[in-house]
Amino acid sequence: MSLQKEDVEKIAHLARLAIDEADIPDYARNLSNILDLVERMSAIDTEAVTPMAHPLDMPQRLRDDVVSEKNQRERFQKIAPQVENGLYLVPQVIE
Amino acid sequence: MNWEVVIGLEIHAQLATKSKIFSGASTAYGAAPNTQACAVDLGLPGVLPVLNKEVVRMAAKFGLAIGARVAPRSVFARKNYFYPDLPKGYQISQYELPIVEGGHIDIDLEDGGTKRIGVTRAHLEEDAGKSLHEDFHGMTGIDLNRAGTPLLEIVSEPDMRSAKEAVAYMRKIHSLVRYLEICDGNMQEGSFRCDANVSVRPMGQQELGTRTELKNINSFRFVEKAINFEIERQIDVLEGGGEIVQETRLYDADKDITRAMRSKEEANDYRYFPDPDLLPVVIEPAFLDEVKAGLPELPDEKRQRFVEQFELSAYDAGVLTASREIAEYFEAVVVAANGVAKLSANWVMGELTAALNKSGQDITDSPVTAQMLGGMILRISDNTISGKIAKEVFEAMWAGEGDADAVIEAKGLKQITDASAIEPIIDEIIAANPGQVEQYRGGKDKLFGFFVGQVMKATKGKANPQQVNELLKAKLNG
Repeated sequence: MSLQKEDVEKIAHLARLAIDEADIPDYARNLSNILDLVERMSAIDTEAVTPMAHPLDMPQRLRDDVVSEKNQRERFQKIAPQVENGLYLVPQVIE
Repeated sequence: MNWEVVIGLEIHAQLATKSKIFSGASTAYGAAPNTQACAVDLGLPGVLPVLNKEVVRMAAKFGLAIGARVAPRSVFARKNYFYPDLPKGYQISQYELPIVEGGHIDIDLEDGGTKRIGVTRAHLEEDAGKSLHEDFHGMTGIDLNRAGTPLLEIVSEPDMRSAKEAVAYMRKIHSLVRYLEICDGNMQEGSFRCDANVSVRPMGQQELGTRTELKNINSFRFVEKAINFEIERQIDVLEGGGEIVQETRLYDADKDITRAMRSKEEANDYRYFPDPDLLPVVIEPAFLDEVKAGLPELPDEKRQRFVEQFELSAYDAGVLTASREIAEYFEAVVVAANGVAKLSANWVMGELTAALNKSGQDITDSPVTAQMLGGMILRISDNTISGKIAKEVFEAMWAGEGDADAVIEAKGLKQITDASAIEPIIDEIIAANPGQVEQYRGGKDKLFGFFVGQVMKATKGKANPQQVNELLKAKLNG
């Protein structure tokens, strides 16, 4: 399976990655190689195999429903670019 | 052309846990911004989610209550999209293997029948934070207290054929999650929200029409209005030769219209994949048995019991079991009233509900407690007071003047049931109104009411009405 320039641009946009126009052919080739590998695996009959959700073969451990976290807002907000009235400020997102 | 409406609902019920689905931060509503957003909720590097056991239990409870399959193995997946109130860049949700699959809910139709609505699935996920678009110098404020709050998304089959059915279904789910005590159902606070998928097709056509999704409708009334507007809009478009665009629309309650959200071509490219930070959730049969054993009496069962035990109509039983609080109040009234059920039902559905509606209070905050109302009903049934006087007693109790016995005593409202006390009054009235007596005896039966009224007036309503009727009849005819 071979990815086109537009595919690479779409994938980059979905991941919010800025990429150099000049690098696109390389990305396309590398990503296509990965897909080719997956393609080859499609040839194997997996009818009777349960899809693996996780490489570790064990169930999820559960925790009790207890509030264990204290308010550390000041600490967290020290590393935020901009805060006001306890809110994190971000560039306006509504149109 | 005749159009058939097809509606499916996605309900988000916030699970009533103390802590979040994947972190130990509090879920309490109304805290100062970001004081309940810990490192996990903020998506800081290096943190790992750890699943809350109570969330699994609550989802299993719901699954069992709707006759669904509770999956022995379910998997969390990442739903990828960028929005500032979703700090990780993905929402942890469930996709291919949800925790609950294939149940149903029976709703009551207006014609008295019932209809079964399929529940496709219910899956667990985390809520996002809140974006505040007020003026922050052209910026957006983000409060992440809600981020990581557990949600159960309940997805119905497209089985509903009118806005009324959709509301009936939503109400039923709302009542159920509150019975199960897995969600507080508070719609103002957003604990219970609904998206509706609406389409129309020519009557008789198999293939579904193109649907639109109505987002975040936060009251039963708005669900009905939004869907009805959308149905009309779609029919207008189709009959005008146009096509329905598959899109997300928002309901504007002020204008009572729906309008398209900005188009996001890539909005649905969520690139789900199993979350490598979380292992599959395994539910052992023993855990499920334990949950099953702890299930409360469900609304439909309770309703059936009310019909049998209290000999109520299906309609009355339905009203009295609409919420767990009403049902519990009613049962407490019946106990206090020594088992007088029908009269208790009438008072709870009548005077009490009217008074609560008028004052805007919930039944759990009623100034007239179940014990007080039951005590009053006991006094009606043992003939201490008449039903008419009871209204006066009820008002006094509502105003905080004490329980029924205290009010009856203080206001001297005890019914006169002593014939020897009523008879002289009747004699006086007959003597004072010879003209009416003559007319009555001459065949003007309607005047009987006049005499009853006079007696009641003379006794300030305290005479036992049945006795007055009997004594009057005897004296007038005699």
